[in-house]
Amino acid sequence: MPKNKDIQKVLVIGSGPIVIGQAAEFDYAGTQACKALKEDGIEVVLVNSNPATIMTDKHVADKIYIEPLSLEVIKRIILLEKPDSILSTLGGQTGLTLSMQLAKEGFLEKNNVRLLGANPETIDKAEDRQLFKDTMESINQPCIPSKVVTTVEDALSFADEIGLPVIIRPAFTLGGSGGGIAETVEELKTIAHGGIMQSPIHQILVEKCISGWKEIEFEVMRDKNGNVITVCSMENFDPVGVHTGDSIVIAPAVTLSDKEYQMLRSAALKIIDTLKVEGGCNCQFALHPNSFDYAVIEVNPRVSRSSALASKATGYPIAKVATKIAIGYTLDEITNAVTGKTSACFEPALDYVVVKMPKWPFDKFVYAERKIGTQMKATGEVMAIGQTFEEALMKAVRGAELGVTDLNMPSVAELSDKEVEKAISRCDDRRLFVLYAAVKRGVSLQEIHDITKIDLWFLNKLKNIAQMEQELKDDLLKQELYLEARRMGFLNSTIEKLARQKITEPIYPVYKMVDTCAAEFSAETPYFYASFDEENEAAEFIHYNKLPNKRVIVFGSGPIRIGQGIEFDYASVHCVWALKKKGFEVIIVNNNPETVSTDFDTADRLYFEPLTTEDALNICRIERPYGVVVAFGGQTAIKLAKSLERAGVRIMGTQNDSIDLAEDRERFDDLLERLDITKPRGYTVFSKAKAIAAANNLGYPVLVRPSYVLGGQNMIIAHEDADINEYMDIILSHEIENPVLIDKYLGGIEIEVDAICDGEDILIPGIMEHVERAGIHSGDSIAVYPARNLSQRIIDVVVDYTKSLAISLHTVGLVNIQYVVYQNKVFVIEVNPRSSRTIPYISKVTNIPMIDLATRVMTGERLKDLGYGTGLHRPGNYIAVKVPVFSFEKLHDVDTHLGPEMKSTGEVLGVAPNFHEALYKGLLAAGYKMKKDGGVLITVRDTDKPEIADVAKKFSAMGFTLYATKGTSKVLTDAGIANICVEKIDEGAYNCLSLLAENKVDYIITTSKKGRIPTRSSVILRRKAVELAIPCLTSIDTAMAMADSLRSKYTPENVSLVDINTL
Amino acid sequence: MACPDGKAVFMQAYLLLENGAVFSGLSFGAVREQIAEIVFTTQLTGYLETLTDPSYYGQAVVQTFPLIGNYGVIPADFESKSCRLSAYIVRSWCDAPSNFRCEQDLDTFLKNADIPGLYRIDTRALTKMIRSHGTMNGLLTYTDPATNQEALLKKLKAYSVKNAVASVTCEQVSEYKHAQACKKVVLYDFGAKENIARSLYQRGVDVIRVPAYTKAEEVLSLRPDGIMLSNGPGDPAENTDIFPELKKLLDAKIPMFGICLGHQLLALAAGAASYKLKFGHRGANQPVKDVTTNRVYITSQNHGYAIDEKSLPDFAKAFMVNANDNSVEGITYDCSPAFSVQFHPEACAGPLDTEFLFNRFLDKVNHQ
Repeated sequence: MPKNKDIQKVLVIGSGPIVIGQAAEFDYAGTQACKALKEDGIEVVLVNSNPATIMTDKHVADKIYIEPLSLEVIKRIILLEKPDSILSTLGGQTGLTLSMQLAKEGFLEKNNVRLLGANPETIDKAEDRQLFKDTMESINQPCIPSKVVTTVEDALSFADEIGLPVIIRPAFTLGGSGGGIAETVEELKTIAHGGIMQSPIHQILVEKCISGWKEIEFEVMRDKNGNVITVCSMENFDPVGVHTGDSIVIAPAVTLSDKEYQMLRSAALKIIDTLKVEGGCNCQFALHPNSFDYAVIEVNPRVSRSSALASKATGYPIAKVATKIAIGYTLDEITNAVTGKTSACFEPALDYVVVKMPKWPFDKFVYAERKIGTQMKATGEVMAIGQTFEEALMKAVRGAELGVTDLNMPSVAELSDKEVEKAISRCDDRRLFVLYAAVKRGVSLQEIHDITKIDLWFLNKLKNIAQMEQELKDDLLKQELYLEARRMGFLNSTIEKLARQKITEPIYPVYKMVDTCAAEFSAETPYFYASFDEENEAAEFIHYNKLPNKRVIVFGSGPIRIGQGIEFDYASVHCVWALKKKGFEVIIVNNNPETVSTDFDTADRLYFEPLTTEDALNICRIERPYGVVVAFGGQTAIKLAKSLERAGVRIMGTQNDSIDLAEDRERFDDLLERLDITKPRGYTVFSKAKAIAAANNLGYPVLVRPSYVLGGQNMIIAHEDADINEYMDIILSHEIENPVLIDKYLGGIEIEVDAICDGEDILIPGIMEHVERAGIHSGDSIAVYPARNLSQRIIDVVVDYTKSLAISLHTVGLVNIQYVVYQNKVFVIEVNPRSSRTIPYISKVTNIPMIDLATRVMTGERLKDLGYGTGLHRPGNYIAVKVPVFSFEKLHDVDTHLGPEMKSTGEVLGVAPNFHEALYKGLLAAGYKMKKDGGVLITVRDTDKPEIADVAKKFSAMGFTLYATKGTSKVLTDAGIANICVEKIDEGAYNCLSLLAENKVDYIITTSKKGRIPTRSSVILRRKAVELAIPCLTSIDTAMAMADSLRSKYTPENVSLVDINTL
Repeated sequence: MACPDGKAVFMQAYLLLENGAVFSGLSFGAVREQIAEIVFTTQLTGYLETLTDPSYYGQAVVQTFPLIGNYGVIPADFESKSCRLSAYIVRSWCDAPSNFRCEQDLDTFLKNADIPGLYRIDTRALTKMIRSHGTMNGLLTYTDPATNQEALLKKLKAYSVKNAVASVTCEQVSEYKHAQACKKVVLYDFGAKENIARSLYQRGVDVIRVPAYTKAEEVLSLRPDGIMLSNGPGDPAENTDIFPELKKLLDAKIPMFGICLGHQLLALAAGAASYKLKFGHRGANQPVKDVTTNRVYITSQNHGYAIDEKSLPDFAKAFMVNANDNSVEGITYDCSPAFSVQFHPEACAGPLDTEFLFNRFLDKVNHQ
């Protein structure tokens, strides 16, 4: 039976910007959904505010609106486009919540729009805590004793009833943000208060704490006929108490007997059946480790992060199948795309194990609270496949790019035995490494289990690895031992290091298939993972499908982290497509399960492998590629260039030497001198003393950063010697191979250029200008295309510089250059001869397919033959404003003050015919409520005081009440601006925090000379603002832009809606 | 070579297949040369149920999931009192199992049960070989079979699973009775999994378990309200003695429910024909479609033979088919309140999604 014929035009709502708890998995899901709809001849209208996505690409949907995901805007799009249906379950929590609001208001019904995938009753039953509990009780599914409350007092009295500890879970928040475990009454008060504030409906669930139970997840699917299947089971390494997004996860569940497994599987199917979900659903259970008692923790009646993981772990395309179900297909009518012959109504069988490991941002946020609990903090994750848990875990660890290739974390190795023992009970991002160290130092597994409740099965595996490590150190490297170590996932290089001897006859892995069916049927589009076994299926597959085409390997970008986000997956995928179009046989290597690049049908072949040199070379050994591409996978891929080149692999496009030339300070300085291009004066130092000397020589403020970084890791603006001291201590705490750079800081206009170069010509699609002056990381700045404040002379200089830099760096492909225009002079800040974060959005707004062109150039084509011209492209009729989005509410103790170190997790785009409208749309899309009245609290550092009056005047003129701390207040009063002076936090009992608590403040403009350390009062103020969801503007320039935007006439009701396919 | 914990030393072992292929791995469990039919199962959990399922008589089972024995040995989960399979082949087994009900590890269990095991072979390569070649016989041995391969192959080819049902059926009648009087179901034991009797008993009927060669008259003399035909091993067509008895019972119009071998025997008794599948259906993920409702169920399966739909008599209809290969999965009979399924609604191991079939059967029993 075919799909529902009434469905002709479907609106798909994306998930918006990348934030913690809602990441690239929804680009993957959304892209698959759009493809599945188009496959059936359905017209697809897409709305998503995130321009860095593949789903917002021209050919993915028929109409594409990169617009704010606000209810009003979506309504207007519906009225304009008149879709007959809306798909609600593939855009994460964001898409689901919006769809439910539209449905509940009766808007959909009134406009004859059908809701596909879920209905409001289902969603309420799953998401409203009380309804959920009632529903579960009605089908005899046990829940944890809990109560929904809306006040701290009620939370306290219920906790009294069931006893502490309790878990607080706020209703309707992403990644469980605002929740936590309270062990004491005091903790309960704090967490309950925070949770109530953060919940959009000011509701929290107080729940009996069952931490220590096993946490098991099931991904299930159901169609309209009531057919139900389980796609995958997953077991958390960390027992209940750690958010599943922050847990190491193994698939399938391993410590459950069939009785336990079937009990939970049946429960999951019963739940999805009761909720009448038509599509995918995720069920999370807590299972008592010593009985058959269990409890349903949570149900997500939509495609989720876990379903992306389950898809990649099994090969079963959940998003695609969920979409087909939503448009009327039943499971048995859908073909299993991997086997190409069996039906999608089956349960995948695995003949390997999968380990997922989270990627946390604490390397960037050194002052953040590292504790892991019920609130997710990871920005991304990696997945590894192996024949044993040990092998998969070792792969996951080295794939997570933590600077280790085994389980020995240097910062943990430094700890004393006592400290290690103490650290076992502290659940933070380093726990795996602490446990491993504890095992190595002889702490008994039972003791570790008693403290952590981690199943002994997992601890035994850690012990196996530790024993192997010891044997490698102690024994002669005999063949059996060596092979055994390889089977456990040790790299040759790690074995050589541990055994202190050269391996003379290295053993290389074979590649096995992921085929959904454990080899029961032959597969058409499998993917591969390395293991140690007899048969090499990849080699066989290559031989069997022998194509005359040249093979190219594209290396992906690994886990999503701050500074290396979804943009690099966008670039990798587009490179794959461009190469395929050119007739290459394209292989992709990546380990991020959330992405489009690891979808089974993106490349001709996918290897789900860590992106280390050794793993990469092993794949090259099998594939024997004509060339490899490293330019699009961010730093992860770029850093492979040197060793691949050394091993004789052809790097396509820009060569490793150019990368080195751009990053090596001395070589780069020489080059600039030769080209007569200026950059801010600077020094290269290795020690603290030299750093201070250099800073004083240049004169403060100075910019301090280590060389070879992405995302401005450990980068600051230092205003005095103390700053240098503090930061050098942090930087030097890691081993540094590369020097620290100290540059004069120039507070001018920052501009950014992406260009394609073929060695002779360049093409610049456009120049972007930052709203904030230099000093705020480009990823955290509001960027405007085309640049607004540059004279023709400056533009000419920029184009000229870009061309000569690109050509003299021998760039073949993309180059990203950042400049600062200071006192009418152009200075180069940074040159990166690779893909950048701005590529997706600039490609979309200029209509220049940059990755496609760059890829073609890398294969030898000339820019002048590609039909897009050379030089600076003529700007279009639209202004595009990129606004960064942060996840500060998930990361405790992180200072929100923006600076040279990148802090944003995602971005949105505002596109409009004029700047103010585009800016308004961008800000709205970024989540600012754009309230046009209320109060503004202003407290700025001395260096900003000369400029603050201009900003304040604008807010004042709009009718805002201004509050200011003493120094700032005086400046405002002197300028004739009415304001109320308030005490700073440390100045009095009634201070600016009191104002916040009284809801008198709608915007805060706060800048401080120093920040970061969580106990500083400026940081406390900003953290409080995060808690209360009050926008905090930490640069005068951002504040000015906000004021201008508020003053403009724009509202969600009147902004223009732009289908970017018509640009 | 070292075992998983790096301590004990395990012996080299080989698997020689009919096609001449040799897989070399390590021995665990009992050490005993063994010829068997090699079959694979794709179940992720449930190795204990597999090990104790009498349907595997004469076969060596290959587990495609690579980590076996994680939760150790739990006697409460056994599906019969002993292991009837001939050998057990895994990629790796867990020497440090973890589960609150775990009583011992797999190696110890297999040693005690005298079942030879083979591990550390490329089970995926072996599975693919069976998939493309069809089910084959194999020899588990401890000396390199290269030395006298031809003689061994000859022996291998001559092997077939014989007298399977006779080898596994119970010897005596046994009863599972409730305290109060209730309906009575006779369970023909062709190698029954425990959970069939359990599933019936839990639903409030008395179960009388009888040996496979019990005559129809004897069964009728027990005045049963229903007859359950169990699963079991081997080639169904071999059981010619049983067909006439089942035909008589079918004619007696007593509610009858057949599972797996029971399903095949009833169909053969009714005049249908069976055939050997290329490599069988063994796993917990097989989709079965009820063609009368279009519902698809995920089922547990373990069979190497199937009933040919074209051979069914007029009074029998295939009401369920396998959604992957369209083979017959369920038959209803117009002539009698009898029906049967090829899969395992009693699960153990596997999904419980088709448990309702026991209710369907007992509805008929209770309305008799």
